[in-house]
Amino acid sequence: MKLDLILRVTVKLLLPFMLVFALYVQFHGDFGPGGGFQAGVIAAAMIILYALVFGLEAAKRVVPLALVQFMVPLGVFLYAGVGVAAMVLGGHYLNYSVFASEPAHGQHLGILLVELGVFITVSGTMTAIFYMFAGRGR
Amino acid sequence: MEALINMVLLTLMAVVTIGVIRLKGLFGVAILSGIYSFLMASVFIVLDAVDVAMTEASVGAGISTVLFLATLSLTRREETPSLHPPTVALFLALVTALLLIYATFDLPPFGSPDQPIHRHVADRYLAKSVEETGVPNVVTSVLASYRGFDTLGEVIVIFTAGIGVILLLKGRPRKGPRGEDGGASEPIEADAALEGRHGHEPRSMRPKREGGHAA
Repeated sequence: MKLDLILRVTVKLLLPFMLVFALYVQFHGDFGPGGGFQAGVIAAAMIILYALVFGLEAAKRVVPLALVQFMVPLGVFLYAGVGVAAMVLGGHYLNYSVFASEPAHGQHLGILLVELGVFITVSGTMTAIFYMFAGRGR
Repeated sequence: MEALINMVLLTLMAVVTIGVIRLKGLFGVAILSGIYSFLMASVFIVLDAVDVAMTEASVGAGISTVLFLATLSLTRREETPSLHPPTVALFLALVTALLLIYATFDLPPFGSPDQPIHRHVADRYLAKSVEETGVPNVVTSVLASYRGFDTLGEVIVIFTAGIGVILLLKGRPRKGPRGEDGGASEPIEADAALEGRHGHEPRSMRPKREGGHAA
């Protein structure tokens, strides 16, 4: 493969920052712009960038297809599960106030978990769609 | 100043749109639509909708462009010339555009606080969000808590889209008509990169497969 050395080195340097930025957008979404959806897309973009430069197989060694496919329903399950957990604890579906003694803390925890579910599903789906398209071309 | 920036951005978007219409090479069209999304994201930033801008930049300009390019590597890179003059399509587009412009006369003035959307629950969200959810970013608290059902629906939409694509495209590539027309599509750069270090076997050497595998 004759790809530019500069391109490969630059991408290698960029990847960790993209991952950190995705996590920042995820966990700082309560205080600044961002949230699970944006963070999921950024994380998926990181994997896609890696696949574009280093090849699909290299990306699949880092993030296997099976894991990605597992993530697609896992996030929905987590999101819906948070709602069911709220019902079990005596609240309404997706009412997070029952998760802690103080409603605001429960809300915060619930939002964190739900955003995590969004992140898992979005990043899994975006990566899976890319894997499908890219793996088809050969 | 803000109006000026908006003018420049919207003008550039119009220029990009004309470029998309006029270009025949679909590679350029994919790149231009990415540029369009970036311009749209800039408009959102001017409007102080940073969350939306972030989504537009990452989804519209990032992922969509890559998916367009991946699709192009599976199909052809040139637009098929139309067989009939586009009079009907032009007429429909013009009528729709006129209707939409006519509808804008009924909209409340831009940024007016009297809009119906601001007179319902928005005030309560803005006033009570920190107190009730402990989350300073009201966008997040509305999305994940007050409107949690809607967001659950959105996640299910994404889930469904992912499952659909996986079911449609999983399995080995079908070597049907496309393999026989001598690979009408030159692999694009991204695709060439995806070929990676493996599989430099020429296409014609591989066994032909009739029909795709059921996923």
